[in-house]
Parts: sequence; C-alpha cells; structure tokens
Amino acid sequence: MDPQTLAIQSAYFVASVLFILGLRDLTHPDTARRGTNLAAVGMLIAVVGTLAHQDIVSWWLILGGLVLGTAIGVPMGLKIPMTMMPERIALSHCFGGLAVALVGVAEFVRHDGQLDAMHMSATGFEVFFGAVTFTGSLMAFGKLNGSLPGKPTTFPMQNVITGLAGIACVAMTMYLIVNPGNVVVFYGLFALSLLLGVLIVLPIGGADMPVVICLLNSYAGLAACASGFALSNPVLIVTGSLDGGSGFILAMVMSKAMNRSFTNVLFGAFGSDAAAGTSAVGGASNAAVNAATVEEAVDLFKYADSVIVVPGYGMAVAQAQHAVRELGAMLEKRGTRVRFAIHPVAGRMPGHMNVLLAEANVPYDSLFDLDAINDDFSSTDVVLVVGANDVVNPAAKTSPGSPIYGMPVFNCDEAKAVICLKRSMNPGFAGIENDLFVHPKTMMVFGDAKKTIQEMVGALREGGH
Amino acid sequence: MNYLLILASGPPPVPLPTSAMNDDVLFYFYIFALALFAGYVVISKVPALLHTPLMAFTNAIAGISLVASIVMAGGDYGPTANWLGFVAVTCATINVVGGFLITDRMLKMFRKKGGEQ
Repeated sequence: MDPQTLAIQSAYFVASVLFILGLRDLTHPDTARRGTNLAAVGMLIAVVGTLAHQDIVSWWLILGGLVLGTAIGVPMGLKIPMTMMPERIALSHCFGGLAVALVGVAEFVRHDGQLDAMHMSATGFEVFFGAVTFTGSLMAFGKLNGSLPGKPTTFPMQNVITGLAGIACVAMTMYLIVNPGNVVVFYGLFALSLLLGVLIVLPIGGADMPVVICLLNSYAGLAACASGFALSNPVLIVTGSLDGGSGFILAMVMSKAMNRSFTNVLFGAFGSDAAAGTSAVGGASNAAVNAATVEEAVDLFKYADSVIVVPGYGMAVAQAQHAVRELGAMLEKRGTRVRFAIHPVAGRMPGHMNVLLAEANVPYDSLFDLDAINDDFSSTDVVLVVGANDVVNPAAKTSPGSPIYGMPVFNCDEAKAVICLKRSMNPGFAGIENDLFVHPKTMMVFGDAKKTIQEMVGALREGGH
Repeated sequence: MNYLLILASGPPPVPLPTSAMNDDVLFYFYIFALALFAGYVVISKVPALLHTPLMAFTNAIAGISLVASIVMAGGDYGPTANWLGFVAVTCATINVVGGFLITDRMLKMFRKKGGEQ
C-alpha cells in the first residue's frame, strides 16, 4: 500500500470509529452533543483524507460543489423551524439518495459499462436504492408540506403495477450482472427505479408517514452501503450499514407501535388497508358529544392533582407546543403533577413530539414513553389530549373490526376525566371514528389548540384558587 | 459465479474476477456484517426521546457519500462523470453541513428539569 492510499484508508478508518462512538453517545441526552461533535470531526477527517486521492486532477467542480452545498446546507440547518422537521428529514433523504444514485451513474459512465460482475451488481443496487430513495423522499416531502395531496392516492391495480415495477428492477439488475455493458438496460433501471419511488409513496397517507420516513432512511443507507461495495470503500459500507440499520430499527419500532406486520412495513403496502376500513367502524358520530367551554375545562384543571398531556400531530399543526408548556408550568406552580405521554407514532416522524416539546423548553424528564406511563392513567385526574387521535382511540383495544385494532394506545378512558382539544368533529386522517371523543368522561373543547390553551392559561391566571 | 456465467449467452464481456477479487468481496462483507451488528447494538439503545435527532444524525453521517462524490467530480473520468460528481458533491455537502447543524440545534434544546442540559 503506497503512503497516499494508507493515509486515505487511515482517515476512513478513524472516521468509521468516530461515527460509531458518536452514535453510542446519542443514547443519552447528556452526552448526545458530544457524539455529534465526534461524528463531525470524523466526517472532516474523511473528507480531508479524500482530497489526497491520486485520481483527483481538477479542483473546480469539487470546490464549486462544496461551496454551493454549504451555502444551501447552513440555512437549512439553522433556519428551518422545528415544526418542519419531518419535511426537512424527507428532503435530506432525497439529497442523500440523489447523491448516491449519481455517483453510481458516474461510475458506470466512466467505465463505459465495463464493470465486473461484483461491481456491476453493487452499482446496480446503488442506483436502484438511490433512485427509489430520491423520488420516494421527494413524494414524502410533497405530502408533508402540503404541495401534494396528503390523502392516499390510489388507482386500479396499484399493488400489481408497483409489484411488477419492483420485480422488473430486480430483473434488470440481474441482467446487468450478466451483461454489464448494456447501456439501455442500465438507464432503464435508473428510470424505472425513479418511477418505483413515486409508486411506493403514492398510496401512503399522512398517519403512515413515520414508517415511510424510516423506510426511506433505511433505503438511503442501503444505497450508500451498495456504493461502498461498488467503489471498494469501507467507510461507505460502515456508514451505510449504520444509516440503513438505524432506519430499519426505527421502522420496526414504528410498525410495532402501529401493530403492522413486518412484511407490511417492508413492502410498503400500507395506507390502502386503513382506507378500506373507513366504513368498518361507525356509530360513534351518532353518540352525543359533550362540547365544553374553556371555563368548564379549567375548572377540572383547578381541582386536579395529576395531569397527563397527550400531544399529537394536531399540536404540531397548531404550533401549540409553547402554549402547552405554559399551561404545564402554570399547573405545576399550583402543585399539580404534570407529565407528557408520547406515543411512538404521534406526529409525522419518530420523536417528532419530543423535539417540539423540547423546543418549547419542556424538560425531557417530564416526557414519558407509552410503556412507561400507560399504567398510570387509571390514577390520573385529568388527561389533556392535544391534537392526537388514533393513539388515544379505544377502538384499538375493543373493536376487532377497526383498522387500528391491536395497536397499542394510551388508556385515556381509564383516567377520571379527559379533555380533548380538536378543531371539529371531523374524523382524523385515517378516517376512523374515535369513541373517546363521545365517551361520557370526555369533554370536547373545539377550536384552534393554541388559542384554546392560551385561553386556559389566562383563565387559570385570573381564577387563582 | 460460475452459475451466472453459464447463464450468460456468449463470451463474458468482462475479465473474470480473480481469486484476489473474491477475497476482497468477502472482506467487505465482513465489514458490512460487523457494522450492522455494531449499529444494531448501539442504535437499539437510543431512547425514543432522541429518535428525531437520531434520524438527523444518521442523515448527516450518510453524507459520507461526499468522499465518493469528490473523487467523481475531480477525477480524470470525463466531463459527464465530473458533472454528475459535482451535483453529488453539492447534495452530499448539504446533508453533511445541514445535518450536523440541525442535529446539534435539536440536542441543545433537550434539558432536564430546572437545570442546564
């Protein structure tokens, strides 16, 4: 090994180790920032090491790309509001997928397609996963920021067509392994993979977004991994495995929290199930809704010793996290115990609610997972549901016909009283009726969550004891 | 390998992989498998509290494809490969720079009751 290669490979080795150490530090909030710094140092070492690569003859495009990327990346990192986190993550999967796919195409171009079987298969998978991640994430981004319809888009024979496209992609990759020089098949694979990304995300609704984002995360990692095999670059393999593994683990956590099967998640065949089940549950809308005023809700708070807040996507939409924190702080000052119950799939991505509440300065030791808090509902005076729907739907426990039956949900109905903040009685995204909203213990306060909570804070402040 | 070659019609258009090549492949699969295990052990310990920063973090480190993009953009590989590399460098840099910044920005916000982080 010549000194140059040795230097580069050592840089990659150090980077790989630092990435894993950084991830380890991410297991606790106290050390997490140190972990990010470790990984950033690792990245710097890897990039500086690469600049010594003997193949590099021209610096203009490298510098241009680095400058342009930094110019776009800095504002994206510093300016994007926390409420837009899911969109931001989807967008970065999109960039990641595109970068890897283009490296694969460039690798094919520079060898004129003359790659041996091992490198061709790796390049094929690289382009396939990269392209699927690119268009899939673009679709997810569009759905999340509202530029595409958020409801599942379906058409006849959808699953068959998507399945055939997927099989064709695999077949084309196989063909390329045997006949690596075939330019038409290679670009055909690229184009079909782009289309497949669109097809996979098209039928997926907003409530299923957490799973999709995790899956796309996983695909992006697999793409990077494949590119490591294609370019014989171990740091790409290690990092791709970490990224792909992380996305996969998160997808499993999400699927478990939604009671979806492994295959259901892996092949992305969701969305359609929920849509089909819409009419399966009825009756709830006929029952009486106990609509209440802010004052009535505040009276409940005044005499409560313990309160659990259950936030959902509605809190993010209403940007109510700061108001929620204010209400929590106000209640705590009065001696009430306030805790937050965070469902794994609340919001549009894993950990979405935690980040929003952390942004609003809610201390993280007040945030509790499903398993940690679910047994405490029965001993709680008031549950405040802020824009959550499916994760508090008792149908998941009681009605086998419901599309969410079997999904672990919060035992809100076991508390002494429930206050639900909701815009209107329209069913949630999945179109499923929610019996909690017509439960005798439940008080519905309609209106914008942020405004309602601010009014509650005001009433508590004036009302004294 | 042989099986695939039998499937191929006509003479193989590429040189046959040497045995050294095959050793390399196996070596990379070792790395792949070990990294998957290490990743699994570490990542499954990340609490749900930090799942969004985890995604932002892995996004940022997956920007490591920057190192491949850089060589593609600056190597003597012809203009097509170079320009594709340029776009890849741009995209990967966005992820690296933006990813680390936003991860740190998020993590800064997580604090315990009454105290600093």
